[in-house]
Amino acid sequence: MAELNLVEAINRAQAWEMAHDPSVVVLGEDVGVNGGVFRATVGLQERFGPDRVLDTPLAETAIVGTAIGMAAQGLKPVAEIQFSGFIYPAMDHIWNHAGRLRNRTRGRLSCPLVVRAPCGAGIHAPEHHSESPEALFAHLPGVRVVIPSSPTRAYGLLLAAIRDPDPVIFLEPTRLYRLFKQEVADDGEALPLDVCFTLRAGTDVTLVSWGAMLNETQAAAEALAQEGVMAEVIDVATLKPLDMTTILESVARTGRCVIVHEATRTGGFGAEIAANLAEHGLYSLLAPVQRVTAWDVVVPLSRLEYQYMPSVERIVAAVRKTLEGA
Amino acid sequence: MATVARFEVEFTRFLDAEGEATQELPAFALDPANLLPLYRAMQLTRAFDTKAIALQRTGKIGTFASALGQEAIGVGVAGAMRQEDVLVPSYRDHAAQFVRGVTMTESLLYWGGDERGSNFSVPREDFPICVPIGTQVCHAAGVAYAFKVRKQARVAACFLGDGATSKGDFYEALNFAAVWRAPLVVVINNNQWAISVPRDHQTTTPTLAQKAIAAGIEGVQVDGNDVIAVHDAARKAIDKARAGGGPSLIEAISYRLGDHTTADDATRYRDPDVVQQQWANEPIRRLRNYLARIGAWDQEKEEHLLKESTEQLNAAVEAYLAIPPPTTTAMFDHLYATLPAGLQEQREAAQWFASHDGGSSHG
Repeated sequence: MAELNLVEAINRAQAWEMAHDPSVVVLGEDVGVNGGVFRATVGLQERFGPDRVLDTPLAETAIVGTAIGMAAQGLKPVAEIQFSGFIYPAMDHIWNHAGRLRNRTRGRLSCPLVVRAPCGAGIHAPEHHSESPEALFAHLPGVRVVIPSSPTRAYGLLLAAIRDPDPVIFLEPTRLYRLFKQEVADDGEALPLDVCFTLRAGTDVTLVSWGAMLNETQAAAEALAQEGVMAEVIDVATLKPLDMTTILESVARTGRCVIVHEATRTGGFGAEIAANLAEHGLYSLLAPVQRVTAWDVVVPLSRLEYQYMPSVERIVAAVRKTLEGA
Repeated sequence: MATVARFEVEFTRFLDAEGEATQELPAFALDPANLLPLYRAMQLTRAFDTKAIALQRTGKIGTFASALGQEAIGVGVAGAMRQEDVLVPSYRDHAAQFVRGVTMTESLLYWGGDERGSNFSVPREDFPICVPIGTQVCHAAGVAYAFKVRKQARVAACFLGDGATSKGDFYEALNFAAVWRAPLVVVINNNQWAISVPRDHQTTTPTLAQKAIAAGIEGVQVDGNDVIAVHDAARKAIDKARAGGGPSLIEAISYRLGDHTTADDATRYRDPDVVQQQWANEPIRRLRNYLARIGAWDQEKEEHLLKESTEQLNAAVEAYLAIPPPTTTAMFDHLYATLPAGLQEQREAAQWFASHDGGSSHG
């Protein structure tokens, strides 16, 4: 067992899979000699050589576009986009090709590709370094969208993503990269994709979140427990495909649901979960579903970023709203 | 001041518009046995285009992009590839696809609106045609890198049009492939038109081949109506790539004698008289004249070939028309390797509605 933070866990997962599967290659800007601007790929080029850990020219379109060609040939590329704010030039390839190749060839060709990108605000980063674009990708047929919220889940989910035979968008909350450490076995054990993780059991309200916001969500659950309100906390982890079963089972018991995400509200992934609750869980609900999200504004520069992101107070207030009249 | 770099772009043509040799032919072209398959493949493509347009006009297939007048490019390049190489085509490249072993039935199936048409039975690793402009060049560079990293002596070949040279994907892919010294051959079918926009509105550079210079690779220009010139350039580029010499760019100058697709009406934006004049340059007559001149072709052979092509084509059309539509659930079954649980419900609903409305509301 090793005490690892999230970015170290990401590094170990890639190293494990590269050591055990020669078809895995890592590519991106500064991922080789420099080991990545966040150090997610540190040591990989030294260990596996420049043919498998490629410092690419500076062009996101071609990083993902060439990775699709590699994947179609049976390599398992893990492409790093330096910040999710720079992922948009690659959207054409993700939408039009990665998620469609298997379908449009009726399974003859496939795209076992992972696109890793840091996401989220809260580290006083420059402009275009704080986005939470997960809903854009979750709208896409044919891909998976995964966001880890702890070192152990980052390790297990990234292994699962690399082993998955289809494209996975793997978004890593920068705020969690070095926030805390956990014991990580580094034993090559993957976690299941496509399931939610229940982080805390509770009876009064279900809090649903993912990524860095689980930090605030769990703090809110703790604060509420002091008041005698027992919140269940679910880490969605894989947004696409969404495991609604776990969420519906929880809400069937608690009767209340608050969805927390760092991305902006309109068209955010919380809306998808709320809609599913309306379709399949309405009669379990004792109160309207609440969403706690970033405001529908451009991610502010660092001085206002914590007013933009949901806070513990906002989550607690939303829970109290669901308890009104209870 | 000193000149720190100087570049040249060479243009090659072996046969003029009348099929007269303008210079000594390359060695492969001295044996007519090497030229006849190229001729047959070009004729078959032209017959296919005529038939496909007729099928579109009668509602038997959807929108179709003809290769009329550009047959020499696909045939010349694909004829220089090995079976284990990989073709990454655009949407006007069925001439190359047929040489690679894609069947006319498969092509019709694709244009007829059925994904099974891209599940080629022969070139299993070739990409399906790419509709978004220029993106395929990136995929081809990635395929080429896979060959390189696995130390396989294979080559990726890819086509794009003159319009696609305006896309960043094209430049990025050339640059990546060059940095990686990947075995890639990129072929521009410069047919002078990107739907309604002429070549001189795409770029002010005198050639498209010179776009290679910025990537630090070789770029050559050939007469794309001269299949010998295309084939010769492709052989050289493919051999070089296979030997570890890195990527090349070939600009093949042609002319789009037809509309952009069956959904287009080119008389809206170009002078039919100019198009008529361009027929004088087309590649099939050119090679036929040459073959006839050296005694390798005659009217009897031509009639025999046309009869043979027609029979082959008719059989392909018949086979296509006999293929029943895909099952409703097929749109779910190849989305992921394993269908996620949540999609199972949608799959069942789609199937239920398809079987209960009997397809009556959808024809």
